[in-house]
Amino acid sequence: MTGIVDFLIVLLLLTNLRILGSSRIPACISAVALQGVLLAVILVSLSSEPLWGGTAAFALLLLAVKGVVLPWLLRRAMRDASVTREVEPFVDFSTLLLLGGGLMGLSFLIARPLQVSAPPSTEKGLLPSAFFTLLTGLLVIITRRKALTQVLGYLTMENGVYLFGVSQAIREPLLIELGILLDVMAAVFVMGIVLFQINREFDHIDTDRLSVLKE
Amino acid sequence: MTPAFSFVSFGLAITLSPLLLGVIQKTKAFFAGREGAPLMQPYFDFVKLFRKGGVYSRTTSWVFWAGPIANLAAALLSLTFVPLGRIPAPAAFPGDVFMVAYSLSLGRFLMVLAALDTGSAFEGMGASREVRFSLLAEPVFFVSVLTLAVVTQGASLSEIYGTLPRHMVHQGISTIWLAGGAVALVLLVENARIPVDDPTTHLELTMIHEAMVLDHGGIDIGFVQYGAALKLWMFSALVAGAFFPFSSARPFLEVMGGIGGVFAVAVAVGIVESSMARLRLIRVPQLILLAGVLALMALLWAAR
Amino acid sequence: MEPACAAASVGVGALAHAAAVFGLFFSFPSDAEGRWVGLDSLGRMFLATTAILFLSVVFYTLGYLRREEGRTTRDLEEGFLFRNEPEGMFVGCLFLFLASMSLVCIAQHLGLLWVAVEATTLASAPLISFHRHHRSLEATWKYLLICSVGIAFALLGVFMLAVAGEGLVRLLALHELIASAGGLNPVWLKAAFILMLVGYGTKARLAPMHTWLPDAHSEAPSMVSALLSGALLNCAFLAQLRAHAILLAAGLGMFSGGLLIVFGLISLVVAALFVVRQGDYKRLLAYSSIENMGILALGMGGGGLAVAGALLHALNHSLAKGLLFLVSGNLLAVFRSKRIADIQGALSLTPISGGLWLGGFFALGGLPPFGPFLSEWLVLKGLLENGRWVAAVFFLLALSVVFAGVMRHILPMAFGRPSMAEGHDGSSSSIREPLWSILSPLVLGAMALGLGLFVSAPLWRLIHRAAVGLGGP
Repeated sequence: MTGIVDFLIVLLLLTNLRILGSSRIPACISAVALQGVLLAVILVSLSSEPLWGGTAAFALLLLAVKGVVLPWLLRRAMRDASVTREVEPFVDFSTLLLLGGGLMGLSFLIARPLQVSAPPSTEKGLLPSAFFTLLTGLLVIITRRKALTQVLGYLTMENGVYLFGVSQAIREPLLIELGILLDVMAAVFVMGIVLFQINREFDHIDTDRLSVLKE
Repeated sequence: MTPAFSFVSFGLAITLSPLLLGVIQKTKAFFAGREGAPLMQPYFDFVKLFRKGGVYSRTTSWVFWAGPIANLAAALLSLTFVPLGRIPAPAAFPGDVFMVAYSLSLGRFLMVLAALDTGSAFEGMGASREVRFSLLAEPVFFVSVLTLAVVTQGASLSEIYGTLPRHMVHQGISTIWLAGGAVALVLLVENARIPVDDPTTHLELTMIHEAMVLDHGGIDIGFVQYGAALKLWMFSALVAGAFFPFSSARPFLEVMGGIGGVFAVAVAVGIVESSMARLRLIRVPQLILLAGVLALMALLWAAR
Repeated sequence: MEPACAAASVGVGALAHAAAVFGLFFSFPSDAEGRWVGLDSLGRMFLATTAILFLSVVFYTLGYLRREEGRTTRDLEEGFLFRNEPEGMFVGCLFLFLASMSLVCIAQHLGLLWVAVEATTLASAPLISFHRHHRSLEATWKYLLICSVGIAFALLGVFMLAVAGEGLVRLLALHELIASAGGLNPVWLKAAFILMLVGYGTKARLAPMHTWLPDAHSEAPSMVSALLSGALLNCAFLAQLRAHAILLAAGLGMFSGGLLIVFGLISLVVAALFVVRQGDYKRLLAYSSIENMGILALGMGGGGLAVAGALLHALNHSLAKGLLFLVSGNLLAVFRSKRIADIQGALSLTPISGGLWLGGFFALGGLPPFGPFLSEWLVLKGLLENGRWVAAVFFLLALSVVFAGVMRHILPMAFGRPSMAEGHDGSSSSIREPLWSILSPLVLGAMALGLGLFVSAPLWRLIHRAAVGLGGP
């Protein structure tokens, strides 16, 4: 089983690179959706006991929300707000990839001391992967001009946190998991509405022009 | 495993490497819906070229004709250290990957000198691009092989590749495939394939490798192209060895598996070539960078 | 929903909430710690603060909504016309906001706490963009994005806490974690605390994670700013305190306290720097919030008496800041400008608002006999008692810089000849202000004053009980 989980996590890492390096928004959305699907699969393949109802149901829900609903919402927002397909980051893609490589090294570095004292059940490599996904999301938020891609960055961050939660086999009561999932969904929904209003008000959703308010 | 099979695999590399070019051409033809040149066409070309003499400009010196010969010699030297599948190479010593890489670099360096010897602007430009991209690709190659060395605890290429299948079973394929993917990208860069370079383009301005050898003709271009075929064989063997965990107790099957892997890589290159357009020159470093990040990821993952 | 109906419902709702909180306040004599929700002393204190502030703000809101009802407004700075958000939506979000803040106060489970804190962000975002124009949307976007990002870090921290307690605690229930704190894995515990400090600190506007705050406060309607500053701040701070309590119980109080002190000092310094050269009085208030947040963090990190001081200061700050934001709304309505330089003679034109404005800043600056004086003095005393000399010196220095900076801005606003008031002939006669706009600030001001003169014994006992779990006396 270890090999499979290992492979899935590496795939997730590769989707991060895809999000960082892709110049098309639809490709980024697909990559984020793929991350959601991978998360659900990792959750299922990590559960040691035979699939009990709760895990299976939550994995399905994760799949539905992160893999289907949120990407659908984003695509809709993209169409409704007639966002152009180019990503248009502040820095060029080579720098982004370099930064991505640096962040990857950093995540493995900071995961080291934690790994040492982790419970023995922890899958090796999950911790740095979660950090890297989180940091990738942060990098996307910082370097992207469009509000929509910032939402994508936020989702990537959330996926990183989830990867950590899922991987540590944290047996949270289902209620809390549901609450967290619902919050994330609502966050994206509210962001979508604001985005729509920004679009109507500004005729574009480039956040670098959201710069009236500053010191 | 008897050393005999090492020499058999070496001989096969020398005889079959032109066929690799033929397979790529045939694959591209298939995807383009053409009949395409016969599989053996590269052999016919080599026979034709080797029968010709060379034509030398009065402004060139001995450096010009020595370049292709030295390049071929360097390629043959490298080939003696590259294993085919699980079959060890005829020669091996700890750290021989540096020997392989730097002997290839030496060949390239002499080709660059030969190109500069002509004094032609096009060749100088081609040489400059060739050097720049290979400079970027070199560390990526080293990091990838280093990763494989970390995974297998092997020192020479033959040791590393000989034990890979066992480690794939024990530690999972992720690391090895990541490193293999990085080497595959290096293959595209080093061998002037699409999307880095288009070997068949007709505009010198967009060429990299072909621009550098514009003035060579006859037997010299034959040497250059044969050296390139050997190089493609080496890289294909390295990529195939990392991707296909084929291993058998029977040496004959090992050899067949190794060759099958090499040709599978050639088909894959053909598919890539027919499905992608050549990248703009300024985006080529990005591709190499991507390969570098993959290699880094593999290394970090191996040492996690 | 009919506007009047909406307005009425918000009043009734606030009253009901306040009554419920009042009832709870006295019905459970001892700390009730449930598995999911429960009302311990700390939560009780913050819940009461929230209820008081919300009730007074709602009274103001009723009048505000009636004035703004269905009209198209001309923007003050750029002169374009805009419409407001539908009233029903505003009121609905106000309720959601109140509900999520109350949940933060009573949550005894760290997962639930996270859910509630995230819910406060989502519920308050539409409140900030009540005036629908591009600046408010910009502020809303920044608020949403930065807070969501921060809260994602906090979630990671919560998960790490679960890892730290693997095999020990089945649930992330607070009392269970505290009870078995000694066995938690210290490395993971520290990592979890850092992440939660930074994550919730984004919402609690600890510098340097405060960047969303001045924008949100200058664009939101004044009563929303009052709620954001007076109530939401406490909620986010409460979330940090929950984490701090666990670390204290695990014997890592030096670590978490030290971090709190560092963040507190950074906030103080940043606030001092920005207050001095601020030209917009709503942003000035926002930076003052950052400063007070720094005081709270400093007090919490200081331990001992400073903890009690910080808890008292949280209450004092809520009252004074609520008062000031509401009054700033009055000034904005009369002078139609957010720039400090445009306002002169507030005291003679609008005597009550002007007086409250001046008084509020005296209170917040820590002048006796107002409440903040007492609490800031307690924080200082606690710091000195525990030998935190450097922190104490920085604390005093920053306080005096902020006080001087604020007074430089405020005194010309209050005194001098009245200027540029729309629809006013420039004579010295004062404008009659509507009752709704001054009653709530007056009540809040009276309470802030009262807390300075006399801290009742039950309140004092409550603060002591709350401080016990936080390294207090």
